[in-house]
Amino acid sequence: MITPLLGDLLLLEWSQLMRIVRLEDYNTRMVFLGTATFSSLGGMVGTFLLLRKRSLMSDTISHATLPGVGIAFLFLYGFTEVGKSLPLLLLGAGISSLLGVGLIQFVRRWSRLKDDVAMAIVLSFFFGVGITLLTLIQQLPTGNAAGLEQFIYGKASAMTAGDATFIFIAALLTTLVCGLFYKELALLCFDRDFAKAKGLPTELLDFILLLLITVTTVIGLQAIGLLLVVAMLIIPAAAARFWTHDLSKMMWVAMGIGLISGMGGVFLSAAFPRLPAGAVIVLMASLFFLISMVFGTYRGLLLGWLKHHRLSQRIRLQHLLRAIYEWLEKHGQCGDILDDEFGIHDIRPFRAWDSGILELSFRKALKDGLIETSKNKFRLTGNGAREALKTVRHHRLWELFLIRYADTAPGRVDRDADAIEHVLEPEIIEDLEKALELESQAKRIPTSPHFIETISRSANG
Amino acid sequence: MSSDQQVSLSVKDLNVAYRQQMILWDVSVDFLEHSLFAIVGPNGAGKSTLLKAALGLIPKISGSVTFWGKPLSEVRQRVAYVPQRESVDWDFPIDACGVVAMGLFHQLGWFKPVGKKERTKAEEALDRVGLFDYRKRQISELSGGQQQRVFLARALVQNADLYLMDEPFASVDAATEQAIVNVLHDMKSEGKSVVCIHHDLETVRDFFDRIVLLNMKVVAAGEMDEVLTHDHLAKTYGGKHHLLDRVTRKIRGNEIVL
Repeated sequence: MITPLLGDLLLLEWSQLMRIVRLEDYNTRMVFLGTATFSSLGGMVGTFLLLRKRSLMSDTISHATLPGVGIAFLFLYGFTEVGKSLPLLLLGAGISSLLGVGLIQFVRRWSRLKDDVAMAIVLSFFFGVGITLLTLIQQLPTGNAAGLEQFIYGKASAMTAGDATFIFIAALLTTLVCGLFYKELALLCFDRDFAKAKGLPTELLDFILLLLITVTTVIGLQAIGLLLVVAMLIIPAAAARFWTHDLSKMMWVAMGIGLISGMGGVFLSAAFPRLPAGAVIVLMASLFFLISMVFGTYRGLLLGWLKHHRLSQRIRLQHLLRAIYEWLEKHGQCGDILDDEFGIHDIRPFRAWDSGILELSFRKALKDGLIETSKNKFRLTGNGAREALKTVRHHRLWELFLIRYADTAPGRVDRDADAIEHVLEPEIIEDLEKALELESQAKRIPTSPHFIETISRSANG
Repeated sequence: MSSDQQVSLSVKDLNVAYRQQMILWDVSVDFLEHSLFAIVGPNGAGKSTLLKAALGLIPKISGSVTFWGKPLSEVRQRVAYVPQRESVDWDFPIDACGVVAMGLFHQLGWFKPVGKKERTKAEEALDRVGLFDYRKRQISELSGGQQQRVFLARALVQNADLYLMDEPFASVDAATEQAIVNVLHDMKSEGKSVVCIHHDLETVRDFFDRIVLLNMKVVAAGEMDEVLTHDHLAKTYGGKHHLLDRVTRKIRGNEIVL
């Protein structure tokens, strides 16, 4: 089934394919340059757009380009009867989308409608005007040949050397502006009120950001079309968020994802000429998004799931060690209670264990060398004794914290006991330690790591 | 004594409305230099609005706002603003030091990137609020109190003369409360001025030395003991505030002791 389809798609010989991969073809090289430039620019500008929480705005901007394209074409047609000059068509597109944004502000300012409604209205209105104009243009003598509908779906392969150069220069300028206003735009995205209070011209900065988005959208029109251009502004930036929590790194990752998607899309559509480049680029970016969401090193799902799994395993072990310690505290008979033996059934009454969890925890503790076994009886190892003492101490510190700082505690309790010093301020820990020491004088609870060391040595020896 | 003191922030006949709703009504108040002012009032009294309108963040219908007798644009360097913690998205990709360095953007000027000098200054400010060890921490991984202290550090790094703070004590932990109180004391001894929105009538006397009671208009303003009376509180809170009686009792208690 699939082979004939693939064969049908792949109309090129191997040698032709290699020509494409090596970029030997001048035309392919230009398409490649223009598309890759746009895609990486989308990642960069999209990062600011995402953080300014204006992602949907780009959708309106892209749809609002269409009337501009139509009017620019009619204007040129009236004077030259040619009508096709990419820079001028794109200039029309840019002006038209800026008008669209202005209209959104107007509706929002004077109608009490929410942002999303204002955007949806403007988007549909401009797109309607654009489609009407395009339909009229197609009925003109040369209109059909103009191929303006390529701005809707995109047609990367139609890109000429002049177009690519134009895109490249526009992208360079956009990058320059991004770089010059980097820290101001970052502040605008994070805390607009503060920026304004510090005297930064926030309206101007918002307008600069709007211009950056508009330029990026407009130069993406030819490569992937207005319907999908928004994807390259949002998806790479959103994917990058899963890998880093540093703004500049996020921007680089987003640019990288955009670049690779753009290059991959052009290669694939050159190799399979029946595949539309724009759609393939977006699909590749979406794939990157999926990969990032699952495998991302900062907040990827897999990592989160692994961390959660490890946390619950560690907490179960801590429960076990604490239960063992509490049993030994109660029933221990030797000179050092930590040397005593115990069975699974001794430990069971100390907590509400889910079925099988206690056995599972015992197996894990054996595997980790925290307990050792002989003749159905168990005993803490040196390591296990040390861990048990530490766990009990941390647990009691947390318990004390909850009681003594009841007003603010609930949001801050991190049961992963090792981390107490990272979560709580030193002064709080000091206070807790003091309280614990008072209590321990009555109850013989291990209080300090120093004490734990001596006990564990005796447990080892 | 107070007659010798200069006015840092002066608000005259300020009127602010949002849509068709009046929020501030002929508000006139002088905030004296070298004092710790609390602005207190019920929810919706226009406390945040007063600060924001003074800073030009929201438009006013009428009235004048001057800082040391000049418009804000001439003395911006001398004024630092601490917005409400909830006003920003803490999931922004930046570390604590990066947020504090934002306080230096104005001094740094356009087109210049944040350098080592700025980061050092930011780290010093974080140290003052007890967050030096957290300087590289991603801000979403900080507790609410720590986030509040990062905002405070961002104001400190500006080395201003007047600090306008929007509810820095709102739902913070004890350590943060102490850190803010310490900073307020430092500011007072350095001769700086503070105007701080505060929600807690029970602590206002301990943290501040002057108070403005606000409910759409200024009910009373001045020295803590003169202003914080049952009569004024009843006017401010309309006698409905559940804390009112408790606080009044506390005030009476103080009066008896005095």
